[in-house]
Amino acid sequence: MGETAVFTGAGVLRGARASGPIVIATIPFGLVAGIAAQGQGLSLTDAVLMSVIVFAGSAQLLVLAAWTHPAPILAASFAAFVVNLRLALMGPVLAPWLDRLRGWRLWGSLFFLTDQNWALSVTDMRSGGRDAAFLMGSGLTLWVVWVSGTALGHLVGATLHPSPGHPLFFAALAVFVAMLVGMWRGYGDAMPWMVAALVAVGVAWLLPGTSWHIIAGALAGSLAGALRDRYRDGPDVAVDQSIPGDRA
Amino acid sequence: MTGLTLGIDAPTLAVIIGMALATYACRAGGYWLFRQIRPTPFMRTLLGYVPGTLFAAYVVPALVRGGLQQWVGAAAAVAAMLAMRSLSAAIFAGTAAAWAVWQFG
Repeated sequence: MGETAVFTGAGVLRGARASGPIVIATIPFGLVAGIAAQGQGLSLTDAVLMSVIVFAGSAQLLVLAAWTHPAPILAASFAAFVVNLRLALMGPVLAPWLDRLRGWRLWGSLFFLTDQNWALSVTDMRSGGRDAAFLMGSGLTLWVVWVSGTALGHLVGATLHPSPGHPLFFAALAVFVAMLVGMWRGYGDAMPWMVAALVAVGVAWLLPGTSWHIIAGALAGSLAGALRDRYRDGPDVAVDQSIPGDRA
Repeated sequence: MTGLTLGIDAPTLAVIIGMALATYACRAGGYWLFRQIRPTPFMRTLLGYVPGTLFAAYVVPALVRGGLQQWVGAAAAVAAMLAMRSLSAAIFAGTAAAWAVWQFG
């Protein structure tokens, strides 16, 4: 095995295949984004364009739910930033892959970074995957489904209105729950996860409708874990071997 | 509401571009900042904890906010994931269980 991560067409295909299950769970949300856009009077072109270049489900739904006339430029941009700030925390975790990329491969891959394909990529990287194109392949697949779902939702928006409590929407949470199970590395994760959960619940209660609770929870939990590992004889969760120490 | 419209509304276009720039700044900015520094071993250990804690911070408040449907669905997803180690099986089991509660609960 060489030291370098690679970026191949085979990696794109592998990422695309791996994203099958999460694609199914993304369809209802694409539909809802289209329905919401149609309901606020956005044209089909505008609704599709939003999904094409923003490609961020929770931010789009949040902004569309609070849409005003005239269109809320500053408020919407700020909301998108606040809701998506968690993505800033995700990129560095994939550094072992991304550090080897440059140009469009690097900055293009980052465009396709979402919660779901990031989790798939982290899992692949930790089990020894070295092909960084996995991120773009899985993200591209999600993007196609997201955009098609939005278009379809806009077209059927007037006739179809699934209620917010419909269990179809639970599919997205089921994805996150299942992925969380896959991220368990051993008992050393228990304390950091509990810290993350407690802080997140508290911050979510204080600042509803943002993603600050995700950032605060992740930072508090990770810090607790890293500090615990430093101030005792031996860490019982080994330092993540998938994050090499040979950065240039 | 409006029927099938294909036009582009200028203020709406500005909102979409603003959202796209803000979102890409998050996606690329975090890694861009990280690329400027030389991470210490402590930072690498910390980053190793980010995936699990971030998803815990995502899932737990959503469950706390949710009701029986979410709890039963989450339990089914965890059980299926542990038993089969398959993402699709877990999503299917979780959603089916949530659906059952919704239908008969």
